[in-house]
Amino acid sequence: MTAVELDGIWKRFPGVIANAGASLTVAPGSVHAVLGENGAGKTTLMNVLAGVYRPDEGTVRLDGVEQSFSKPADAIAAGVGMVYQEFRLIPTFTVTENVALGSAPAVLSKSSMEKQVGELAERFGLHTEPGREVWQLSMGERQRVEILKALWRNAQVLILDEPTAVLTPNEAAELGRITATMAAEGRSIIFISHKLDEVKTFCDEATVLRGGKTVASSLSVDDLDAGRMAELMVGEATAVSQRRVRTTVVGERVLDVDNIIVHDIHGRAVVNDVSLVVGRGEIVGIAGVAGNGQRPLADAIAGLRQASTGTVSVTHTDITGMDARTRNSHGLAYVPEDRIGVGLAPRMNAIDNAIMRNYRTLGDGPLIDFGQAESRAASLIERYNIKVGRVDQPLAGLSGGNLQRLLVGRELDDEPVVLIAAQPTRGLDVQGVKAIQDILVEQASDGVGILLISEDLEELFALSDRLLVMHEGAVVGEFDPDTATRQEVGAAMAGAHASEGSAH
Amino acid sequence: MIIAGILGDLQVLLTDTGMWVNLLEFGILLYLAALGEVIAEKAGVLNLGVEGMMAVGAMTGYWAGIQTGSPWAAAVIAALAVAIFAMVHGVVSVVMGADQVVSGLALTILGLGLAAFLGTDLVSQPAGAKFANLSLGQLSEIPGVGPTLFSMDGMGWVALALGLITWFVLNRTRAGLNLRAVGESAATADAAGTPVVATRLVAVGIGGAFAGLAGAYLTLKVTPSWNESIVGGLGWIAVALVIFGAWRPGRVLIGALLFGGLIAVGPRFQTRRCNGDEITNCITTEINPIVVSMLPYALTIVVLVLLSIRSRNRPSLAPAAIGQAYRREER
Repeated sequence: MTAVELDGIWKRFPGVIANAGASLTVAPGSVHAVLGENGAGKTTLMNVLAGVYRPDEGTVRLDGVEQSFSKPADAIAAGVGMVYQEFRLIPTFTVTENVALGSAPAVLSKSSMEKQVGELAERFGLHTEPGREVWQLSMGERQRVEILKALWRNAQVLILDEPTAVLTPNEAAELGRITATMAAEGRSIIFISHKLDEVKTFCDEATVLRGGKTVASSLSVDDLDAGRMAELMVGEATAVSQRRVRTTVVGERVLDVDNIIVHDIHGRAVVNDVSLVVGRGEIVGIAGVAGNGQRPLADAIAGLRQASTGTVSVTHTDITGMDARTRNSHGLAYVPEDRIGVGLAPRMNAIDNAIMRNYRTLGDGPLIDFGQAESRAASLIERYNIKVGRVDQPLAGLSGGNLQRLLVGRELDDEPVVLIAAQPTRGLDVQGVKAIQDILVEQASDGVGILLISEDLEELFALSDRLLVMHEGAVVGEFDPDTATRQEVGAAMAGAHASEGSAH
Repeated sequence: MIIAGILGDLQVLLTDTGMWVNLLEFGILLYLAALGEVIAEKAGVLNLGVEGMMAVGAMTGYWAGIQTGSPWAAAVIAALAVAIFAMVHGVVSVVMGADQVVSGLALTILGLGLAAFLGTDLVSQPAGAKFANLSLGQLSEIPGVGPTLFSMDGMGWVALALGLITWFVLNRTRAGLNLRAVGESAATADAAGTPVVATRLVAVGIGGAFAGLAGAYLTLKVTPSWNESIVGGLGWIAVALVIFGAWRPGRVLIGALLFGGLIAVGPRFQTRRCNGDEITNCITTEINPIVVSMLPYALTIVVLVLLSIRSRNRPSLAPAAIGQAYRREER
């Protein structure tokens, strides 16, 4: 007996084949991992199961009965619930209103509905306050509301799309307990992930997709290890996240950040008295759950945002009062978190994007020498192996990896002294991640001081010489990646004091 | 001296029953139109066509009053006519996904032109029907509120009832939950099985019907006559009122009475209006009525500023999906 059976699913989009005969079989009462690189077709396959897409070919069966979903509501009615990476909650609605939306009684009784939602939450160990508005909740609580939504509709199959990406390690562990409770009731959970450790901890079986096809189905997670998983996902044995051996000696300070405070428009200190230094050739990692001040800190150092107090110096030159361009000319480069929008202009072409930082040096006065500009772009494309169709076409169609190599390459073009890299590998596939990480290591070896802001602990442990943890705008801990454990860093990210963290 | 003068003027104004009657009339009119706009905007559809919809409603109501002789029949006909007229905006912006601002402005221009064109012959005709004041027996004899609030016409009570019904439906029923969800996040509502386009069309239609009632009330009560410039910006005040009232039926009512009051007192500063014959009962301050007529908009801007500096992280009071066309995500 199978709870879910996807068989021979094909889904084609203009120019792309997302699923090429993919299959998936999930047993009732199990937690099943779906693994694969970005672009492997995981999300498309899950959207077929959730009724968002109709497959071009192939069958969907639930408990052995063939289904034909034409809209998400059909799948919901058949007992399939999906928790998307970007939550589909209405911030101004209460938890109860969000949960009941789509299956509410004709006249709403606030108190009795809140009671029902509270009881349902309790049954599955989902801690929540039914009467609170969602905008007041943490990411972990919001995710629990999404799961409640599915349970409210009595979902027998729950799809979780990279559910731990927004969670602290403790919240992730709690999610593991919740999925176990649901599986024990006979429900099936499909857990999309990249991360081996959580797959091994939370899941019973795993299916691996590559290039839209299923390359391994229903493996026992006990048979998976890092090398095997990478081999299945990428198709070749590549080492993942091994500690980089660094040969350079950390030199003099190139970036000094002293007592920076940044306020938001409501007067709240989103960066609260942060001081840090980066030496020549050093990679300093900043860990933290999203939204704990990493972004305003990076923006304040790069000059995109005004710090209320504090100073920033690059090679002992105070750049605090300077605008972003002047900071660039003092040797500061910035790869922002939003590679599209802040980093690159997607509707402009590769040449325009490549020269956006230093176009003033190309040509005379108000005129730009586009011959020179084109050769500048061509050299970046060659050096960083960027795959663009034509340099005079808008960037919009490029993959994340190519966009990021163009952005990083452009920022490194003027040989900066300091590079601020915010989430440089987020959303990239395994090869894209490796390419960017290689560039960062190479630059550090050449003496560039790098401030690496990331939510990926593996990456931080692999690349950093020192690791700082931010929580609620402040640096709450400093760790040596060679000796610290994930648990210590995770505890600091969740707000525990560093001393408590090391006691575990 | 000046303060004494202003205090004296205030006393004259506040004891002027005619001022209170005007305040209620303009308040009722603005409330009907703004309530309709609240419903449309709560569903995520900004409709800047209120001015044009009111013009069509005013003209249709006046015409139907002459035809039927009944103000109620005329008001219902006007409401239906404008609900249909509002579907121009519904089809263009909701079904076809065009820009709501452009489509709404077009609806205003179209409505003003259409009403002027179709109503050409009505200009010279006397009103065929008027809403009469309702006497509530002894209540209507209470000094102060008796001759004003407890003597208002039936449409006043209908407007208050519609306000209560709107609040109840929006906040206490499944239909209202769905409507608000569509206005906050159409994709979320769609995923939950709510028909986005249909919900929005219904909201636009009801908004149009309410604007039609407001327009009909103008020509069947407030100024019982028809000419092409009769709406004179009241529709725009109603749009501003929705923001002023933070999209809440209760607050919009307070705003409607406040803005209605501003409209009612405006001319009184200019004309040295006297209460009765006593020379001491005259307003001494002269304020250009244009200044007073700007006040609703100025107050709305003040409220916008105040709303923008609300406590941290709080989402805006405006429906989040307002102005956004919805197309189901299908790559």
